[in-house]
Amino acid sequence: MRYHPLTSDDRELMLSRIGVKSIDDLFVDVPNAHLVEGLMDLPKGKSEIAVERLLAKMAGKNRAAGEGPFFVGAGAYRHHVPASVDHLIQRSEFLTSYTPYQAEISQGTLQVLFEFQTQVARLTGMEVANASMYDGSTAAAEAVMMAARLTRRGKAIVAGGVHPQYRDVIETVAVGVDVEAMPADPTASEDVATKIDDSIACVVVQSPSFYGHILDLKPIAEACHKAGALLVACFTEVVALGAIEPPGAQGADIVVGEGQSLGNPLTFGGPYVGLFAGLKKHVRQMPGRLAGETVDADGKRGYTLTLNTREQHIRRDKATSNICTNSGLCSLAFTIHMTLLGETGLTRLARLNHAKAIKAADALARVPGVTVLNESFFNEFTIKVPGDAHTVIEKLAERDVLGGVPVSRLDEKAPGDLIVVAATELTTDDDIDAYASTLGDVL
Amino acid sequence: MTFTGNEALALSEPLIFETGRREVTGVDIEDAGLTEDRLGGQARKTPIDLPGLTEPETMRHYVRLSRQNYAIDMGLYPLGSCTMKHNPRLNEKMARLPGFGDIHPLQPLSTVPGALELMGELSRWLITMTGMKAVALSPKAGAQGELAGMMAIRAALRARGENRGTVLVPESAHGTNPATAAALGYRVESIKAREDGTVSVEAVREKLSDDVAAIMLTNPNTCGLFEPEVAAIAEAVHEAGAYFYGDGANFNAIVGKAKPGDLGVDAMHINLHKTFSTPHGGGGPGAGPVVLSERLAPFAPLPFLRDDGTLVERSDECDAGETPFGRLVAFHGQMGMYVRAMAYMLSHGADGLKQASEDAVLAANYIKAQLADVMSVSFPDRPAMHEVLFDERFLKGTGVTTLDFAKAMIDEGYHPMTMYFPLVVPGAMLIEPTESESLASLDLFIATLRDLAKGARDGDTARFTEAPRYAPRRRLDETRGARKPVLTYEASSDFKEAAE
Ligand SMILES: Cc1ncc(COP(=O)(O)O)c(C=O)c1O
Repeated sequence: MRYHPLTSDDRELMLSRIGVKSIDDLFVDVPNAHLVEGLMDLPKGKSEIAVERLLAKMAGKNRAAGEGPFFVGAGAYRHHVPASVDHLIQRSEFLTSYTPYQAEISQGTLQVLFEFQTQVARLTGMEVANASMYDGSTAAAEAVMMAARLTRRGKAIVAGGVHPQYRDVIETVAVGVDVEAMPADPTASEDVATKIDDSIACVVVQSPSFYGHILDLKPIAEACHKAGALLVACFTEVVALGAIEPPGAQGADIVVGEGQSLGNPLTFGGPYVGLFAGLKKHVRQMPGRLAGETVDADGKRGYTLTLNTREQHIRRDKATSNICTNSGLCSLAFTIHMTLLGETGLTRLARLNHAKAIKAADALARVPGVTVLNESFFNEFTIKVPGDAHTVIEKLAERDVLGGVPVSRLDEKAPGDLIVVAATELTTDDDIDAYASTLGDVL
Repeated sequence: MTFTGNEALALSEPLIFETGRREVTGVDIEDAGLTEDRLGGQARKTPIDLPGLTEPETMRHYVRLSRQNYAIDMGLYPLGSCTMKHNPRLNEKMARLPGFGDIHPLQPLSTVPGALELMGELSRWLITMTGMKAVALSPKAGAQGELAGMMAIRAALRARGENRGTVLVPESAHGTNPATAAALGYRVESIKAREDGTVSVEAVREKLSDDVAAIMLTNPNTCGLFEPEVAAIAEAVHEAGAYFYGDGANFNAIVGKAKPGDLGVDAMHINLHKTFSTPHGGGGPGAGPVVLSERLAPFAPLPFLRDDGTLVERSDECDAGETPFGRLVAFHGQMGMYVRAMAYMLSHGADGLKQASEDAVLAANYIKAQLADVMSVSFPDRPAMHEVLFDERFLKGTGVTTLDFAKAMIDEGYHPMTMYFPLVVPGAMLIEPTESESLASLDLFIATLRDLAKGARDGDTARFTEAPRYAPRRRLDETRGARKPVLTYEASSDFKEAAE
């Protein structure tokens, strides 16, 4: 086996030095009746060539996003990732290291995390950010639990514009919090502020919403704060923050979102990177790891994981979260891509995304029978089609156009004739023309 | 002291916030030609204050930073419980095939049959290796797998009309176990280990009652021992109407040797980033699929894969008998990790996986045998599994602590072992060499630790208390970090004030 350096002679020698006869003498604690003789039903090992062939065949059965017109978003976005990002994250020193518990020989990872935290805090307009969560949805659930701890209240409202699967994750994971999910809000017409009273720990609002609408968070923040509740602001498309006011500037107390768009490929939904930002005064209730600046014994600046007493490995059943392994390498990819862009690049990228989406929205609005529901949007919007959205999407796929996500795929209670459509800098004018004309054909 | 402060290849590197500028970018982006926005009056007015670097500057910055990390590709990384084994690069290549890397979780399922096939194949391997009934793939790491398994247990109890409030956790357990139980609102009741580092069925029986929902037991345990009474414990737990959650972080010791399903486990997470070698990436990402017994299978979270290969995404798509407890993540889980783990399994095959377990156990026992006379093996009477636990007794009277000893290993070119975990012995040192080391590598490691142990005994205390001396940083002041945390870069940070 090409990955196993020990030879049979080595094994014999080692066994004799240990003072046992056979390897099974080391497995004596496994009750005899339970020792298995290998894994009968599984094949033998394969060469690198054979594995490559087998997996390439499987991969070949999938329609890759880059193979044709592609307008799928709804929480994951196809962006261009500069080649240098993927090269850097495959450096052995980043890829094959563990969590930076031994700070003296993990300064690379720790400084990256410190840069990541700073970038996320500035992007969201918040004071601090952690070193990542699994993804946007689990970050949202952790935010709700953190708000419940901070306010000592047991109720949360999830607005109707929040990604339906984020809502489902909050309902499942935020144990002990009574979650009131508002009905689907495809037209951004709900008034969540009127629902808030002094029993509420937090309101979760998404902007741009699942349906693409950009919300003014200020009135909601005001209503929250008047009632002693917290505003949890959420987003699924981080590139939007290059174009719109940050949630922090609008009064959000906790900001969570998905960071996949920067540096990370689609990969069928994971691994992604959950962003989690908040206020300094709440930091001791934050979940997850935090890197902090300090000095070493020679007075040199350095970084270390800090405020560990919040975490499971120290506090066990009193920890703020059970998270341990997070999204380390994905946050590295995020940070490198963000560093390459800088504020200038991010702003340009955001404008380009917005421009492509406007083009796409206008083209689709001209298709007879199709209505665009949004007045405001960033790179994603919702269309209403005559008939069943699933059928329309399937018919489009048969003609090699991946036209978006039927809302009812994620939320069975939502109207069945809505499709969420996304465009990014990778969307071409030809893609848009192809989508509009094919949609006309299939309707 | 050099003029630059650098020493040849030891290069220091400032923060991007000190070198980058807002107007610089390393990505050329065409002009959007946007005349009027449709941002609903919410266009950004406040600056973000994010610096940019060009591509050459970016490369240099992150390459320089990378060189301040230790890594498996550089040397032996004996972190017990964490399983730092070789990460084959084929797996990286496979995960980047456009058919896996460039597919969207919400494109029509009819356009991704190969992705579902891979998930089905991975499920089959995991189920076969563990002898369980079903698997929920979606948990994003071990800790989330624990949450999945414990939620399935809670749902099964509720389906029986029971609402139990206690979870039993041995004191040697990883912190995520009690944290998970507590997150679900359970009272955590600790179980003491025996003198020999294992849990006895009597100790479990004593704590069992009709309020106990489950036991969370790691096997092999965190002392590196196979629990000899595991089957009897499972039986006792089941008799009391409770469930057996197995923490599978140490599954890598027994793949192809024993099946948790045969031992009475009801739910167990598998850290793909440990046993199946998906890279740890400096802290993540991982994946924590949880295998389930027949009794728990109906409660698997959404989305789940049926035996016929269909993916169920919503509760209203469920057939009778499919009663998911909810959803733990958006989309379908860690596909990128599934591909890597699958490539690892296919490469090894049934024979190679068994060999990997045996070599890992062999290497740990070899280290134990070769160090037993100079370091204190915590539990010498039983064979170790894939890792061996030492404690601080051999350092008594030397003025050297476990921490000092670990830091001296850094100067010798090694990553330290896991320290101060598990909590059942004083000054724990948990060594896991994995199957990836050659005999020469193991022998040098052993010789180094012998020399260190001798140094401590001979009173060469400074070699330890001053360590590390040759790392990119000396010991860091963690108290200062925690007292006045500086978590983001601010021009007037604490550091700058102190330096001025
Ligand atoms: C014994 C044990 N249980 C659980 C975990 C948690 O797994 P993860 O870090 O993947 O969440 C770990 C590893 O960190 C572990 O060593």
